[in-house]
Amino acid sequence: MAPAPSTYSVITLNVNGEKYTLPVDHRTTLLDALREHLDLTGSKKGCDQGQCGACTVLLDGRRAVSCLQLAVAAEGRAITTIEGVADGERLHPVQQAFLDLDGYQCGYCTPGQICSALGVIEEHAAGWPSAVTADVRPEAGTPSLSAEEIRERMSGNLCRCGAYVSIVQAVAQAAEAHTAQSHTPETHTPETHTTRTGTAEDRSAEAKEATA
Amino acid sequence: MTTTTTGTSTVNGSVGTAHTRVEGRDKVTGAARYAAEIPFDELAHGWLVVSTIARGRIRSLETAPVLEMTGVLTVLHHHNAPRVDSDYVGMLGTPDPTAAVFQHDRVPHMGWPVALVVAETPEQAREAAEALVVRYEEEPHDVAFSGERPDAYAAEGHMPAVTEKGDLDSELAASAVVVDAEYTTPEEHHSPMEPHAATARWDGGRLEVLDSNQGTTWVQGELAKMFSLDPDSVRVRSEHVGGGFGSKGLRAHQVAAVMAATALQRPVRVVLTRRQMFSLTGYRSPTTQRIRLGADADGRLRALEHRSLSLTSTVHEFVEPSAGVARVMYDADAHHTANRLVRLDVPTPTWMRAPGEAPGSFALEAALDELAEKCGIDPIELRARNKPERGPVSGLPFSTHNLLACFQEGARRFGWADRDPRPGLRRNGRWLLGTGTAAASFGAGAMPSTAVVTAEADGTFTVRIAAADIGTGARTALTLVAADALEVTPDRVHVRIGDSDFGPAMIAGGSMGTRSWAWAVTAAAAELRERLTLGTGIPPEGITVRSDTSAAIGALAQKERHSFGAQFAEVAVDVTTGEVRVRRMLGIFAAGRIVNPLTARSQFVGGMTWGISMALHEEAVRDQASGGHYGADLAGYHVAAHADVPHIEADWVDDPDPDDPVGIKGIGEVGIVGAAAAIANAVWHATGVRHRHLPIRPDRVLPAGAAAEGERDA
Amino acid sequence: MREFGYERAVDVSGAVTLLDTDPDARFLGGGTNLVDLMKAGVERPARLVDVRELPLDRIESAPDGGLLIGATVTNSDLAAHPEVRRRYPALAQAVLAGASGQLRNMATVGGNLLQRTRCGYFTDVTAPCNKRLPGSGCPAIEGEHHNHAILGASEHCVATHPSDMAVALAAFDAVVSYETAHGPGELPLADFYLPVGDTPHLETALPSGALITGITLPPAPVATLSRYRKVRERASYAFAIGSIAAALDVRDGVVRDVRLAFGAVSSRPWRATAAEHALRGAPADAESFAAAADAELAAAEPLPHNGYKVTLIRNLVVAVLTELTEEAAR
Repeated sequence: MAPAPSTYSVITLNVNGEKYTLPVDHRTTLLDALREHLDLTGSKKGCDQGQCGACTVLLDGRRAVSCLQLAVAAEGRAITTIEGVADGERLHPVQQAFLDLDGYQCGYCTPGQICSALGVIEEHAAGWPSAVTADVRPEAGTPSLSAEEIRERMSGNLCRCGAYVSIVQAVAQAAEAHTAQSHTPETHTPETHTTRTGTAEDRSAEAKEATA
Repeated sequence: MTTTTTGTSTVNGSVGTAHTRVEGRDKVTGAARYAAEIPFDELAHGWLVVSTIARGRIRSLETAPVLEMTGVLTVLHHHNAPRVDSDYVGMLGTPDPTAAVFQHDRVPHMGWPVALVVAETPEQAREAAEALVVRYEEEPHDVAFSGERPDAYAAEGHMPAVTEKGDLDSELAASAVVVDAEYTTPEEHHSPMEPHAATARWDGGRLEVLDSNQGTTWVQGELAKMFSLDPDSVRVRSEHVGGGFGSKGLRAHQVAAVMAATALQRPVRVVLTRRQMFSLTGYRSPTTQRIRLGADADGRLRALEHRSLSLTSTVHEFVEPSAGVARVMYDADAHHTANRLVRLDVPTPTWMRAPGEAPGSFALEAALDELAEKCGIDPIELRARNKPERGPVSGLPFSTHNLLACFQEGARRFGWADRDPRPGLRRNGRWLLGTGTAAASFGAGAMPSTAVVTAEADGTFTVRIAAADIGTGARTALTLVAADALEVTPDRVHVRIGDSDFGPAMIAGGSMGTRSWAWAVTAAAAELRERLTLGTGIPPEGITVRSDTSAAIGALAQKERHSFGAQFAEVAVDVTTGEVRVRRMLGIFAAGRIVNPLTARSQFVGGMTWGISMALHEEAVRDQASGGHYGADLAGYHVAAHADVPHIEADWVDDPDPDDPVGIKGIGEVGIVGAAAAIANAVWHATGVRHRHLPIRPDRVLPAGAAAEGERDA
Repeated sequence: MREFGYERAVDVSGAVTLLDTDPDARFLGGGTNLVDLMKAGVERPARLVDVRELPLDRIESAPDGGLLIGATVTNSDLAAHPEVRRRYPALAQAVLAGASGQLRNMATVGGNLLQRTRCGYFTDVTAPCNKRLPGSGCPAIEGEHHNHAILGASEHCVATHPSDMAVALAAFDAVVSYETAHGPGELPLADFYLPVGDTPHLETALPSGALITGITLPPAPVATLSRYRKVRERASYAFAIGSIAAALDVRDGVVRDVRLAFGAVSSRPWRATAAEHALRGAPADAESFAAAADAELAAAEPLPHNGYKVTLIRNLVVAVLTELTEEAAR
């Protein structure tokens, strides 16, 4: 029988380029660590079960639901929350598009939608297919980021107000701007990382190399 | 902050011009703080323990071991909780005693709050709540809802239970065409993205509650009455609200938080879990509706009967008044409507976006479509032939009635004229295609409110009103209304809402919020402008004017006051898999003056999106054996996701309300009305099969298939 | 949720040693199912051994033309991988049909195989459930079961396996590799999931404390023409009510090889061997597709409210095989 393990740890989280050292109960999710311990309440708790997407953040540049991510297991990863998306006072094009096109109503799902949209744009740029991509074979090339593709890729983010129509327009507009000038968000990868990091593109390339 | 030029010299014309949300930047950067996101020193966390039986008594609670657990501060339950008063009349009537937690040992439904565990951290509170052993004396429960209940009774709610004129049987007998069908809608849940949350604390002898609700003075009044406090000693704030749709009034979490904050004399936050929301925050009752229509061969209605059965709890009466929609939409020589109710061992339902109209319009507008088919008349023409001149039941004149203008504009834009009315003819690959339409209406009203407008010494204006912006865009709309009333640009107006200290005001509900608040803001602004024209200069503390619209609204003449709309949908149905997809929707509305076209469009489209969700997805399943929900979460209770929602267009015709100072009617609810019927009618047009039971889901569509030629529509 | 210890494994042998000595320990991969079940009180581990950073995150081509997929490869990386998309398109489609982009970024291949049913009685600790609490009963049989099993269920449990990925893996004869403190082992996917019988709480044939290290996909030329079709109650972000992974090799109008597996109809991904047998050598037409489906579905035992699934699967077999036949002709 193993000895009773410690049930809390002192961890360091890299959030939006800042390092935070904090003691956590192992039960604490990344979402609760952000909201309750770091006062970063932009990531929202809608269901706490991975069923709504309101808590979406970027982990090592990839979107993830922070309610199912234990904080202790997020140590060493680069975490980007909605608070880290804008460039100072300048809104990210995705944020600006949501604002201009009214891609929200109550605003509660909005940070998750925006973080998810950042992920969608990156994943699409990396050539990832989706469930509505007619031909997933690499020879078929990357599908254009049509409204149908955006809807499918954004489906992990529920919006009960029913703002989907303008959210899709906002993501399309921002994606176009992204393609035009290849503006990418800071992923705030700290210098001292020891675990895997990088954008979706990097990770895909890494996986591709492994097949060679 | 605007999408169109406000110009430097423009001093009116803000109303009717598209403006992005004044709090938009906060919402897209994560800076907007919702109820559970405001930190306090010494904050303790409460976790509700809810019943695991549907009916019976609490025999015992084993609190001692829980109180020993790390971090646990207290356990509140019916033996030790403060007594509260639930025998009062609040702003919206008598309260649902569901909110008066821990007062007795009776359990009236599954998921009833039996205790609150308070601990230093949410993790500790949750574990302790899970560990609390509660023993029950279980009694047999009855949760079986069906149209066959002998114990059903006619129930009023906020409208007469029964209306009857003419001899129904003889008019039906004399009719050339009769439709007689039963429609059902399931239990549906608001499911706002933000769970209900409240933090209560005592601050200098005042109780302060930071909450997520649809009306701060409403909740303040309820809490004051329930805890027998002077209303002035209670302050409720609710700056940002992550959706409400009718569910965010007084609920167990605020009451429990106040009890715990009082007991512990430190701030206590109680947040409901998603699962708890299913039993503690209200829902839309399932309905069974029978519609009988009798018409002459030309479609003119001789007989109309709309009977609706809904359910409520054993502790509070709430009526889903689905038959009410027939009292507005269509007249007939014999016109009978009835809202009936059965009481079961279930939680109390409540208002949910377009209460009555949403399920009622599904049944009535689907039945109209069946009548159109049987008469061989275009569905729009059928509605035109049956447009009432006066209220079918009230006999009162309509303030405005622009339904047909909506249909005309909608038909033009949707391409309705090219539609072949025959069902089951259009195919695209595996998909059968069809189009459908339905009418919409929702009552337009205003309720008394107060507003405070201050001319500041720096040339700006501050508006204070206990309004709630639950996503409607009210904060922005009121900014525009105030700007026009003050004849300044919107950037000089600062609107502060969501604080009961600002004085009594209407809630965000009944599609009456923005109209009621705008009226009060307009009145105060008008008086302030008069004061300013006296030219006495503005002192450092500003010049403040308060308005109260009670008298003006009380003087309104009795009329039938409604918004109207025409819904259009195109669907694709694969009858081999049962999948239904909405391909496009169009809604044209006559809904008063549109204050902010940008956010108003979002409201209409949001309502129509709810219509898709209602038509195809939503159903809360009650397990008959346990009396509780099956799959009470967002994976089990499906609301429409991105992929379910096609491009939706919403627009409006000119329809200012003649008796409102701004011309507003209200737009929050009419968007869902008729939307599910338009989709169901389109599914019939695609497949030739009438689906009279929502949701129209693969397990229903697949067995029903497509009607063969000549045997369409049983 | 009770308190628990947390350790991050740095190598496979360390990970399996930790679990071998602590029966209350569980491996943590992406956490998308385990953490959810811990919140629900269904899983109550005393210790989590985080295996996400083990060096098992590679997809490699095997010399024989198959693929070796590491257990900690994320669902996203699996679906995005060019060789998966080229050689086993139905596998990429199946993964993409599951969950959401966020969850696919987190979820691992090993964890996907081990995810638990989404039966609403299983996830509600206040309800009886033989899978969660053996002997407590199965309320689904008399209660809500419109999305429960029609094949291979028992009077003790009618829950379905929720994975989409596993359906495609079943069609392609995947083999699961694992490691224990006492050595490695392998299980063909066909033997990986145990029959329900009267032990619905015993779900896999993995030895106690075993860590899935990877999946081997044998070479399958037939898989290059393959498809996954999933039917669900909304267009995305929902578990299947019926799904099919199909691969077809048609020459001169005759079925030379075929693979068929069904999802959301059983406690495990359902490899349709009877249908495959009926189809090999048969004409590639709707009639034989339907006959093959009927051969497989003859064993179906639907409950009062899930009989539509029999029709659904039959229709999916015909539709998808017909599409593949047409595609083969192009």
